[in-house]
Amino acid sequence: MSEDRPSSACLQAHARRYAGAGDGPVLRLLLILITWLFLSIAVLLPLCVVFVEAFARGSDVFLSALVSRETLQALSLTLTVTALVVPANMIFGLSAAWALTKFEFPGKPVLLSLIDLPFAVSPVIAGYVLVLVFGSSGWLGPVLSELGVKVLFSTPGIVLATIFVTFPMVARPLIALMEDQGREEEETALSLGAGGLRTFLTVTLPNVRWALFYGGLLCAARSFGEFGAVSVVSGHIRGLTNTMPLHVEALYNDNRVAAAFAVASLLASFSLFTLILKFVLERKLPDDVREAERVR
Amino acid sequence: MSVHAIMPPLPARRPRRPIPGFGLSLGYSIVYLSFVVLLPLIALAMSAARLDFDGWMRVLTDDRVIAALRLSFGSALAAAIVNSVFGPICAYALVRFRFPGRRMLDALVDVPFALPTAVAGIALASLYAPSGPMGKAILEVFGVQVGYTSLGVTLALIFVGLPFTVRTLQPVLRDLEGDMEQAAALLGADRSRVWRRVIVPSVAPALVTAFTLSFARGAGEYGSVIFIAGNFPRLSEIAPLLIIIRLEESNYAGASAIAMVMLLVSLCSLVVINLFQALMRERLGHE
Repeated sequence: MSEDRPSSACLQAHARRYAGAGDGPVLRLLLILITWLFLSIAVLLPLCVVFVEAFARGSDVFLSALVSRETLQALSLTLTVTALVVPANMIFGLSAAWALTKFEFPGKPVLLSLIDLPFAVSPVIAGYVLVLVFGSSGWLGPVLSELGVKVLFSTPGIVLATIFVTFPMVARPLIALMEDQGREEEETALSLGAGGLRTFLTVTLPNVRWALFYGGLLCAARSFGEFGAVSVVSGHIRGLTNTMPLHVEALYNDNRVAAAFAVASLLASFSLFTLILKFVLERKLPDDVREAERVR
Repeated sequence: MSVHAIMPPLPARRPRRPIPGFGLSLGYSIVYLSFVVLLPLIALAMSAARLDFDGWMRVLTDDRVIAALRLSFGSALAAAIVNSVFGPICAYALVRFRFPGRRMLDALVDVPFALPTAVAGIALASLYAPSGPMGKAILEVFGVQVGYTSLGVTLALIFVGLPFTVRTLQPVLRDLEGDMEQAAALLGADRSRVWRRVIVPSVAPALVTAFTLSFARGAGEYGSVIFIAGNFPRLSEIAPLLIIIRLEESNYAGASAIAMVMLLVSLCSLVVINLFQALMRERLGHE
């Protein structure tokens, strides 16, 4: 009787023949061709155009666009904003993840939904609501301008708008990972006599460092490229409140297309670089954390 | 003498010290969220609430507003549909088949997420404008203008929404291969039956999720659209742009009303998808 039952290796080979290569060669070829065509036209072509157009007028135009005063100022503003946004979101992400994963309290789902909210809000609306709060007829605008603080049409407004669109990118992987890890290691450290701060610095932080870098990377990439939200609050003052993407828009609208693409190619190179880093970091994260974040 | 005799008796169970920092972490998170998200959104609700019924009617029956909302939501819907056809094909081919260029194509899927929207916007605009290479070819061959029309808007939103479908479906298809399909094949189901009874039903819930995400994102998209749209009022002017125009006219009531409508539609679609997912989980759990 037992000879009738195939061995498990044989079963698997049998199954693979049906499941792995189950689709006929014609269907296979068709699906592969469609994939090649669709992704080439939809993604590869626009990506190549950026670099082709950047050098369309020769490398002189390319270089002079990159080292022009306005470009350098836009670059320095973008770097400043990113340098402020990423740490702020990292501190928030750690604090929110600590509260949400180490404790039970009522209203947790509300807090989680608030963290997810920016994904549902158009970037333009994110910028617009800041105008409602900090504008000259807004709630805080008049008070702050009395104090001499300018939020709109200057760096603080751009930072706030960028924070609005990026903070979930750091908080969500941290929450997912710390939820996975539970609270046992922290409880052990505490019961062995470590203080709260020491527990956090020597147990929690090393455990979540890759998720923190990962979120920080996504956040930095988006801060570099954020357009809609920043466009509403920046006021588009050339050489002063134009970030890199806004500078690209200004050049393009001035019909300085090659210069616009030169600056755009710099942004595109940066985003390709972050993609490579992202693939490297994803290997260091558990599957479920990674896959939950990939679709954001 | 046994070891136990010289050891002092252990306490039955040491009372666990609670994890500290609850007040600090929760307090800081709430303050941060309040300033960054809650306060601004309340300001939007208050600003929209200042409109009375007639004011709302005036804004919402303005044909320019209707055209903009229809363009944004209609194109987002069309793009989500296109991606729901091609996204699963790409996801399936990338997961199941080994072919030249597979790894590169797989990496390309992430590009629309990573590329700044303004960069994608000018690239698409210069390709598909009536004078651009693709735009000219399509105009000559099919007699259809892509750039500066609603077709161009849809095209940009296909680009933006593509990763949502592919990346949501890939893990589902990968899991399926391991057990369900093999089991079905072993039990004697032929390939078309495996497709009908295993692959399509398993992928459908994830596809609905991806569809909604790409729709919600597309409806609010700004940077990658405005360059290719051309922004002709009533023809190719998207709703987010109209909010900015109203703001520049200092017409806060008008801007808030459009923003409120957009926000409510995206929130509703996300609530519906969460309910749907809960329902699916429940049904799968009972079966």
